[in-house]
Amino acid sequence: MNTAESSTADFVLQAKNLNKAFGAVIAANEVDVAVPRGAVWSLIGSNGAGKTTFVNMVTGYLRPDSGTILFNDKDITGLAPRNITRLGISRSFQIPQLCAELTALENMLVSLSSANEQASFFRPAHSTQSVANATEMLERFRIVDYRDRTMAELPAGVRKLLDIAMAITGEPQVLLLDEPTSGVAAEEKYPLMDLVMEALDGSNVTVMFVEHDMDIVARYSQRVLAFYDGQIIANDTPDNVMQDDSVRRYVTGGAVATPGGV
Amino acid sequence: MTNSRLFVPLSCVLIFSVLVGIGFIIPQWAMFLATMALAKGLVALGIVILMRAGLVSFGQGLYFCIGAYVSGLMANWTGITDIVLLSILGVLVSVILAAICARLLSGYRGIFFAMLTLSLSMILYGALSKMSIIGGTDGLNVSAPTFLGYAPEGRALGFSLYFYTCLVSVIAGGLIRVYFNSERGLTTLAIRDNELRVEYLGSSVKSAISSGYIMAAAVGGLGGVIAGLAIGHVDPEYAYWTTSGEFVFVAILSGFFSIGAVFASSIVLEVVRSFSNLYFPNTWQLVLGVFLLIVILLLPNGLGSLFSKRRRKGGSE
Repeated sequence: MNTAESSTADFVLQAKNLNKAFGAVIAANEVDVAVPRGAVWSLIGSNGAGKTTFVNMVTGYLRPDSGTILFNDKDITGLAPRNITRLGISRSFQIPQLCAELTALENMLVSLSSANEQASFFRPAHSTQSVANATEMLERFRIVDYRDRTMAELPAGVRKLLDIAMAITGEPQVLLLDEPTSGVAAEEKYPLMDLVMEALDGSNVTVMFVEHDMDIVARYSQRVLAFYDGQIIANDTPDNVMQDDSVRRYVTGGAVATPGGV
Repeated sequence: MTNSRLFVPLSCVLIFSVLVGIGFIIPQWAMFLATMALAKGLVALGIVILMRAGLVSFGQGLYFCIGAYVSGLMANWTGITDIVLLSILGVLVSVILAAICARLLSGYRGIFFAMLTLSLSMILYGALSKMSIIGGTDGLNVSAPTFLGYAPEGRALGFSLYFYTCLVSVIAGGLIRVYFNSERGLTTLAIRDNELRVEYLGSSVKSAISSGYIMAAAVGGLGGVIAGLAIGHVDPEYAYWTTSGEFVFVAILSGFFSIGAVFASSIVLEVVRSFSNLYFPNTWQLVLGVFLLIVILLLPNGLGSLFSKRRRKGGSE
């Protein structure tokens, strides 16, 4: 880790010595990381390695057993998810969390009204302005054709995009994407990630995404955090992480380089 | 969706005019039945507010009873008989009590929420039954109301009460329609679908449920004031669980899409009950049960789904 010598002012998000156990299972073991503003990082690791636990702790779904989480140098450890969202950390979900009975447009309207300081008891949810804003967001993610369809009628990729679109309506400073391409057809993965990155382009949002597809990781992230057994075993550029013996042994499953080239 | 800002007020004026017009031609017994149906419809409307957040209250009799007792006790103890003042007091007491109860209830969901609301109403029922100073199980009689100084008698009293009930029902219905169409109203529907997501969007689910519960109490108290004054007698049965069950019956019958359907369902219940009572005096509950079964099987989203574009799938109301 290289956080100690750096100025904290450069970091939008810092996790310090996070620990979390579920009975005998250690989900986070002294997790220590500092994320610079505007960075695009990915989180890799096998199932149960602690990636989603990290995301859940940062976004307030889980309270760490010990350790602190700083957002813009403010301690946010243990705050409720809605308070963390209001501060500027949003997330999307591995399984898209949409409102099943509402249309895509209405899902966007809910997220837009939630992004306001206080949703109004009187201001119509379907006001011309709100509908225009929601439609514009759907257009940005190229899913406007589905605006009047409910979740059951949406393809998996569209659900993912809608879930992510909802997460960014509040103009977050940090966006955590939990497996944005899981459940999406192979040929749709790159277009989906391209759309997300395009939507975030120029916004200086710090993005951390959990991903299993190493091609996606290599193509879209500037830095990779590799998790194993609740610990961060590598924190480096994608190329270096892919070459790391521990990562190859515990995460990617590739051949481990041995001395002498045997 | 209706974009026109004038749609709700114009609809209210139209519905109010029709209701008052009907009042001129129906007999007095039907006017009383309609007054009671609208008053109970107000209470059921409270359950519908909560149903939109995925909750069912089996204890709205609590606020129905509070409103009725406030009108009875204020009339007997202080001599206040003005219906407007009594309505304000009934709503105020209900809202204050609901604000306290909401802190407890907003943390519960599903059957736990339903049973807690039921238990609160039964606590009031038990307490009132033992309080002989205010009539115990016999309850107490309530003086006839006055209307901003106007003190009608006979049919004029029945008509005035019907007129007032139509007025407050239409105003309450209009305001709640505005709320249903609002950002908060849509967020409440989202809570019904996915509470976790709503929290992660930055909205407080507890706050939304609390405000819904308080609104439900306000209309419940208002319905209780009117019912107490219309019957001229209040007793602890207003808070009994079977009374709350009637309101749930109306809410299920109507569904949560249409406010008009809530009042229509309440009228249907009163009519079915009155005529069943007349023609099947010992089995009228059976008739009601079969009627509800048919509605659930044929219209699982209630009578309101006949008038709403939303129905089972998405779409604007």
